Parts: sequence; C-alpha cells; structure tokens
Amino acid sequence: MNLLFIAWRNFRYRALSSFLTTLSLMLGVGLVVMVMAIYGIISEAFVRNASVGYNLVVGPRGSALQLTLNSVYYLSQPIENLPYTEYMEFFPQEERAEMVRTYGGDPALGQRDGHYAGYVAGGYAIPLALGDYFGDFRVVGTTPEFFEKLRHGPDVDQPFSFRHGRAFEAYTPENQYFECVVGSRVAAQSGLHVGDTMNPTHGDPEGKGHGQGFQVVGELAPTGTPNDRAVFVNLEGFYLLEGHAKPLEEDAVIEPPERDPDDERPPLLMIPEREVTSILVRNGNLMFAPGMQNRINESGQAQAAAPIGEINKLMSAIVGPLLSALLVITLITCIVAAFGVLVSIYNSMNDRRRDIAVMRALGARRSSVTWIILFESLIIAVVGGAAGWFLAHAAIFSAGSFIEQQTGVQVGLFTVTQYEWLILPFVILLSLVAGIVPAMAAYRTDVGSNLSA
Amino acid sequence: MLNIVDLVKKFQQPGGGELTVLNVPRFQMADAEQVALIGESGGGKTTLLHLIAGMLSATSGSVCVDNLELTKLSEQGRDRFRAATIGYVFQTFNLLPAFTALENVKLGMTFGRGGVDADRAMNLLDRVGLADRAHYRPKQLSVGQQQRVAIARALAGQPKLLLADEPTANVDPASADSVLDLIINSCQQDSIALLMVTHSMDVADRFSRIDRLEDINRIAALHHNSAS
Ligand SMILES: Nc1ncnc2c1ncn2[C@@H]1O[C@H](COP(=O)(O)OP(=O)(O)OP(=O)(O)O)[C@@H](O)[C@H]1O
Ligand SMILES: [Mg+2]
Repeated sequence: MNLLFIAWRNFRYRALSSFLTTLSLMLGVGLVVMVMAIYGIISEAFVRNASVGYNLVVGPRGSALQLTLNSVYYLSQPIENLPYTEYMEFFPQEERAEMVRTYGGDPALGQRDGHYAGYVAGGYAIPLALGDYFGDFRVVGTTPEFFEKLRHGPDVDQPFSFRHGRAFEAYTPENQYFECVVGSRVAAQSGLHVGDTMNPTHGDPEGKGHGQGFQVVGELAPTGTPNDRAVFVNLEGFYLLEGHAKPLEEDAVIEPPERDPDDERPPLLMIPEREVTSILVRNGNLMFAPGMQNRINESGQAQAAAPIGEINKLMSAIVGPLLSALLVITLITCIVAAFGVLVSIYNSMNDRRRDIAVMRALGARRSSVTWIILFESLIIAVVGGAAGWFLAHAAIFSAGSFIEQQTGVQVGLFTVTQYEWLILPFVILLSLVAGIVPAMAAYRTDVGSNLSA
Repeated sequence: MLNIVDLVKKFQQPGGGELTVLNVPRFQMADAEQVALIGESGGGKTTLLHLIAGMLSATSGSVCVDNLELTKLSEQGRDRFRAATIGYVFQTFNLLPAFTALENVKLGMTFGRGGVDADRAMNLLDRVGLADRAHYRPKQLSVGQQQRVAIARALAGQPKLLLADEPTANVDPASADSVLDLIINSCQQDSIALLMVTHSMDVADRFSRIDRLEDINRIAALHHNSAS
C-alpha cells in the first residue's frame, strides 16, 4: 500500500465531495480545452481558406484586409474596381495584342509586354469581378481558368471537382456567354442545380435583378473554402449584364475588334469598357513575388496583398486577443475550481486529523501524511483534467461534421492543438498549490492530542 | 527492553503556566515481559504510553526503548523507531474508516522497513478470527471485531513492544476476554514485550507483574496525598 493508494482510498471515501470538486475542475479544464480547440479550428480555417494556390491578390488601392476579405473570403463590403488594362499588365506582348484584336481597344496596348508579365512567367493571373449577388451569396465573374488553376485541401494540391456537370465555358452555342457554376453550399441551400437558371441581383442582395439569367452547368464538390458559398459566372457574360459596362471616355483611342463576318457570337465589351475587381496571381517562381508586390504597390495604380499575411494580421489583431481573453476567463474558471478543491479538502481536515494521527502512530512520517493529502489533490486534478479534456474533445468531435461543413476543417477525436499539452502541467501545478494549505495542516497535525486514547 | 530514568513531562496549561503530569524516577521492563499498569483516571497513563512510543517528547529525563535513547532522536528518527519497534492498541481502536479490515492491517506494515506482505496480513486476520471479514469496512464490524482488527494491525509491524491503552474498556465483557487472550497469547508467542494500561483489576489479574502508576510516579502520589 503506497501513499497514492491511501490517497485514492480517501478520495473514494469522501465520494460526494470528491465527485463535486472533480466535476468543477472537469468543467474548467473542459472549457479551456474547448476554447483552445476553437482557437485552433478558427486559425486553421482562416489559413486554409487563404491557401487556394495563388500567392497574391491584386486590387484597387485601399485596405489590404478588405481586398483580401472580398477576393478570398467573398466577405465585407464590395470594393472599387481596377481598369482591365491593369489586368493586362500581367501578360506578355503577344497575348495583349490578341486581347486587343478580340475585344477591341487601344492598339498601343498590344505593342509592349505587360509590366508584371516577367514576374508571373509560368504562373497565372485570374480576374475576378465582384458586385453582384444571388440571394446572400456572392456572384463571382471569372474565367474558366479559375477551375483549372486553383487548388485547395490541406496540402493545396486538390483541383476542383464537380459533383454534377462541368465548368462553364467561354462560349457555347446554346447558352452563349451565360453559363454559371454553383458552390456546394449554394447548391445545398438554394436548391439551384444543373439545368436551372440563376438570376443575379445588382450591387447588393436586395438590388435590382438583372434581366439576363445564367444557365447552371456545374455544381462543385465541397472544398472547405469560401468557394463553397459562391456562384461563379462567366466573366464575358457578367460584362454584358446591364450596368456593368464602364462608360467610354470621349478621347479614348479605340480600334474595333477584328470580327469574322460569319461569326454569330454577340459582340463583347471593349477593353476600355471592362473592369475587374481583383486579380488572383501566382508567380511561376515564388521568389519573384516580393519584387512584384513592391512594384505594384509603388505603381500608384493598384495594390498587391498576400492573403495569408493579411489573415495572420487579422488573427493577431482581433481574433487572437478575443480568444486569448476567453482563454484567460476559462483559466480563471480552473483556478476557481482549484480553490474549491482547497476548500473541500481543508474542510474535511477536522475528520482527517485523527486518521493522520493514527497513521503517525503507526510510524508514518510527517512528509508521508503531507504527501497523502497532496496526492489526493493530484488525483482530483488528474481525474478532473482527463475527464474535462476528453469531454471537450468528444463535444468538438460530435460537432465535427458541422465544423467541417462550415469551415472545411476536419477534427478528429484526438486532434490536439498547439498548446493543449500545457493543460496537464498547469492543472497539476494548480492542484499542488491548492493542496498545499491542507497538506500543511496535515504536516502540523499533532499526534498525541489527536488520538482519543 | 524499556528503561525510563528521571522522566518528567510537563504540559502547557490552557490558563497559562505548566502542569507536571509525570515524574518517573525509574521504570523498567525486560524483553518479552508482560506488565499491567493500573492507575486513576487523569493520572498520566496515556501520556506515559505516548512518551514510550515517541509520540510525545519528554520535558526531561531519559526514555530508552530497545537500546534506543528516544530523547536524542530526531522526529524522523522517532517515526522510524515507532514503525519498527512499537505496536499500539487504542482504547477506541482507531481503525481508518476508508479502509477495509485487511487494508487496515496492511497499514500497520506500510510505514515500516519490511513493506507490505499481503499473505502475512491475511494470516494475522485469520489469527484474530476475522479471515472472513477481510473486505469489510470498520463500520460493518462489531465493536469486538474492530478491536481484533486493531490488534492485528498493531502486530503487523512486527513490534518488539506492544503498548495497549485500555484495549477492553469499550468492548463487551464476553468479547473482552477473547480480546485479552488474543493480546496476551500473541505477545507470548512472538516474544513481544507488553505494557497494558487498565482500570480493571480483573484484567490486571491476568498479569504476573502489576504496577500501580501511583507507585512509580511521584506526581500521582502527590495528587493522591492531597486528595485524601
Ligand atoms: N495535550 C495536553 N495538554 C495539556 N494537558 C494534557 C494534555 N494531555 C493530557 N493532559 C493532562 O495530563 C493529565 C494526564 O492525562 P492522561 O490522558 O495521560 O491520563 P490517563 O491516566 O490516561 O487518564 P484516563 O485513565 O482517564 O485515560 C490529565 O490531567 C490531562 O488533563
Ligand atoms: Mg488514558
């Protein structure tokens, strides 16, 4: 029979009070672990959502955070637009010349390389046009490249896959420029499926409806990214919607597009009429990213933001402190619970004094009876801590499918967050501190006067 | 086995000042000797046992048990001495309520050198006739059974000196005899010296050596004289 066993017997003997103090510690630890897990899930969700394969977002000057929230998360108030020529800066001369020929515009644009083309080489630049809504979901005008180039998943290597249908195409005879693809959550919540027609509203969710609808041709499989709650429309169709063309300036130099007389396709907007909200850029060689970012930011025309950096800033500026405050509050709960352990053991010291004296009479040392009390406090800590930890994980695990649906983060029963292991030493330390007061009382217990005969 | 010389014990009194309870010029016991100590209530018998067990320290004088001078030992040294040498049977048994009968017996071995020997603990219970009650809690035992468990516990540490403080005072007369037999016979068998405090002449008559505290304690004699 070692001291730990003796402490265990005492713990069991005062079953009700042991149970209650253990319970309060369990709740405290459970809350702490829960907050830590939520912290972990939120930061992982943010970072994961920002990892979609591109490394920079280019948009109008202003708040980099708002640019990120708009272009990556499809959140926040809509922002200004960039002229299409800014998008063209990411392409080499031949491709620019091809754009001028196809859409019509200033021929001078096609006579030089884009300023940033060299930095991108081997990567991509994908335009986004935001501003329209379908219900509460953002409508995102983009090119079919969006579905080919972007990646997601924990290792950012999974391409988009379609649960039904296919990606929209730039032009099809039956739907012309008006095809769209819906994200998995949009499909689930709005009931919009392949074959339906989607009618976007202009400017905000309550905005005026555009007369023109888009044919749903694809439904994305869940990605766990904000793309699940967006509707993607063909950029060319988006431009043709009422109110989306930028008015031409009087002195604009425009060469009309070269059109085959047999071409039945309706004409597209010309370059000066086009705008993009932002551009998702991946550098072929990531080493060029900082140089390009500097050059864009110094150009005075646009800004380039690194989404992960912006999100980390947001996390550390707002979300981090908020969760830290929550963590402090829950840690205080633990301290209060530990204080309860102290009070409960101390209150029972009167009953224990005789037991302690008897053990001393049997040869136990002062240090032994002191440790018996400390061990009892330790048992409460370990049992309460383990139960609280397990309960918190069970709770989060049982909410796992909801969390995955909302954030794309998968949580296992034993997914442990970064600082969680600190909980054990913390609780043990706390219990030892709580145990010290009654343990000292045990240490001081006089043998003779506490033996009734 | 036991050699007390000029032992004085004073207590701080609640109202201030000191009360001298014991002043024992000389008290001795041989190895394996059995002694009954009788005396008036409040005379200091329990105090004397506590001093011999090293649970109280003497104000002055010498207490020597098994050739160990207790007054020169540190507190830890006395704890170790107690675990190794002394067995103690209390008037109110003092079993620990959280532990079973068997575990209470094991507690008697826990703090000594030898460590816990589960078989021997069971044998001891068997010896006091409670093998079938090994897993009962003290509350589930009769008063006489509790005292028998306490005796087994006192013997568990393989003591050289067993101190018994009115072990039969709280036990009914029928059980008292068996408890007494158990203590006396066990000590005889294992050559354990026995010092038993009692009020009862019937109990004392079982012993070949009967000491009166009044005869060995000068203070008690004083009390006695002033009272008469
Ligand atoms: N811790 C103490 N502080 C002060 N006085 C004490 C203390 N312990 C005992 N005494 C006093 O010492 C005296 C002897 O007490 P003790 O318990 O040794 O008597 P006793 O002979 O065992 O009596 P009884 O037969 O009733 O058990 C009593 O007068 C008691 O008041
Ligand atoms: Mg007494």
